[in-house]
Amino acid sequence: MNVQVEQKIAFSILFLCTLLVVVPVLIILVIIFVKGAGALNLGFLFEMPTNGMTEGGIFPAILGTLYLVLGALFFAVPLGVLSAIYLVEYSQETVLSRIVKLAIVNLAGVPSVVYGLFGLGIFVLFLGFGASILSGSLTLGIMILPVIITSSREALESVPQSFRIVSLSLGASKWQTIRHSVLPHALPGILTGTILGIGRAAGETAPILFTVAAFYLPKLPQSMFDQTMALPYHLYVISTQVPGIPETIRYGTALVLLLLVLIMNLAAIILRYQFRRRKKW
Amino acid sequence: MHLRKVKEFIIERMIFLSGIMSIIIVALIFIFLLKEGLSIFWRVPISDFLFARNWYPISDPPQFGILPLILGSILVTAGAGVISIPIGIASALFIAEIAPRKTKEVLKAGIELLAAIPSVVIGFIGMVTLGPFIKDLFHLSTGLTALSGSITLAFMAMPTIVSIAEDAITAVPRQYRDAAIAMGATKWQTTWRIVAHAARPGMVAAVMLGIGRVIGETMAVMMVTGNAALIPHSILQPVRTLTATVAAEMGETVQGGEHYAALFAIGIVLFIITFLINGVADIYLHKTKK
Repeated sequence: MNVQVEQKIAFSILFLCTLLVVVPVLIILVIIFVKGAGALNLGFLFEMPTNGMTEGGIFPAILGTLYLVLGALFFAVPLGVLSAIYLVEYSQETVLSRIVKLAIVNLAGVPSVVYGLFGLGIFVLFLGFGASILSGSLTLGIMILPVIITSSREALESVPQSFRIVSLSLGASKWQTIRHSVLPHALPGILTGTILGIGRAAGETAPILFTVAAFYLPKLPQSMFDQTMALPYHLYVISTQVPGIPETIRYGTALVLLLLVLIMNLAAIILRYQFRRRKKW
Repeated sequence: MHLRKVKEFIIERMIFLSGIMSIIIVALIFIFLLKEGLSIFWRVPISDFLFARNWYPISDPPQFGILPLILGSILVTAGAGVISIPIGIASALFIAEIAPRKTKEVLKAGIELLAAIPSVVIGFIGMVTLGPFIKDLFHLSTGLTALSGSITLAFMAMPTIVSIAEDAITAVPRQYRDAAIAMGATKWQTTWRIVAHAARPGMVAAVMLGIGRVIGETMAVMMVTGNAALIPHSILQPVRTLTATVAAEMGETVQGGEHYAALFAIGIVLFIITFLINGVADIYLHKTKK
């Protein structure tokens, strides 16, 4: 066969395969937007569900997810950033740092339902927090830790070595150097990781199944030791567990969850793009 | 002056502690799974637990054989692999080597978005679109089958496979391509025989991590596979995976009971499987970097 023809055929096949990956994404988005848009209004977003969840809004689920995400960030961001600082600024290429990196890779690969089991074992039962916002937040926080560590690491590594050398040569201590000459420049990258973490924490269901999520609650949570409803679990419940939920409510819930997660991810993509373009060194 | 030193000492201790926190957490996860799950093996020997054919956790007497669940996971994962590996590698090659710059950026963003869609949303869409389609196509009584699970999961593995394989392909040194082109090879011959070959360890890692993601996936698979804990004989039957079993049954168990322990023991099995997959994938990834 003529090599040029062969190349044409091969490239076309690769192109078709790429379409097979991307087009379904578009189809999913279109279906959910078209069928869910009708449900979206202020009442749906800010009212309690009524009549066995077949009417009314999804406010408690939205609020619950907000609480859980904030809680998860509260634990994961400081821990993740400090951990990245350790890996980039302090550790040498030793066995220990190798093990730390392997542990991070493994944390990223642990199935989400196993995080759920872990959260149930340690937070709900062993530490006695019960099924609560606290337990759920801690579980989600641990789950997004690898995301935050990885992007913070990349951000710190992208700060040129000369910044550190200049600061140290002026007599600044190691921590002062990190605090004033490295961290400010790594901030956009760290923020990107945080936003990705938000998207991940908002969308996961399995880790909150046994640690916090409630099927239906008549009132909003009053403290971090209360259970709460959450968007992804709510979508699961109304699409598999409860018969007779109107289609618009199901698609509407899916749309709200999807919008929340996609906006977070788009923000992260744009921020990273801007950051890379603006970087002058 | 002295105060500053104390402060920095404390901060650096905290940094070290956070640094090794990942190790501590991995260890804690394993310890807590063992703590809650090991007791099942007093009653059911490990070999029976893994290879007995019946999972009837709430009958009397209960039977805890996870073979049907393991087979369910393997069947769904294998199906997802057959679909996602060739397509994923092909689109990684397209994105890395062939697509023009602008197209490349758009495609990569699209794949990142696919990765971001929550699994419960993918499960929901699979349930309402793919399920009925499979049902009509094969004239089945239910469309929630292993095949539906495989197709759904294939899309969830795709972002991992594409992005990691794409990194590996991009990391192949420029000289390789230049040398091949200079020898008179076409762009396609260079891509297929030189670049794809050189990127092979990274592609292996990409495939393994994609598979790891599929085995651990829970919500989508629970919603589209039909959840029948029976030994599957065909890809057109409902199956139940290891992950879905834990997620679906934990809510009904008595804390500390046998069923509860058995579900934690499934967690141990999942943890070990993903630990091995990630460890080996990491070795391949490091091979690429050298």
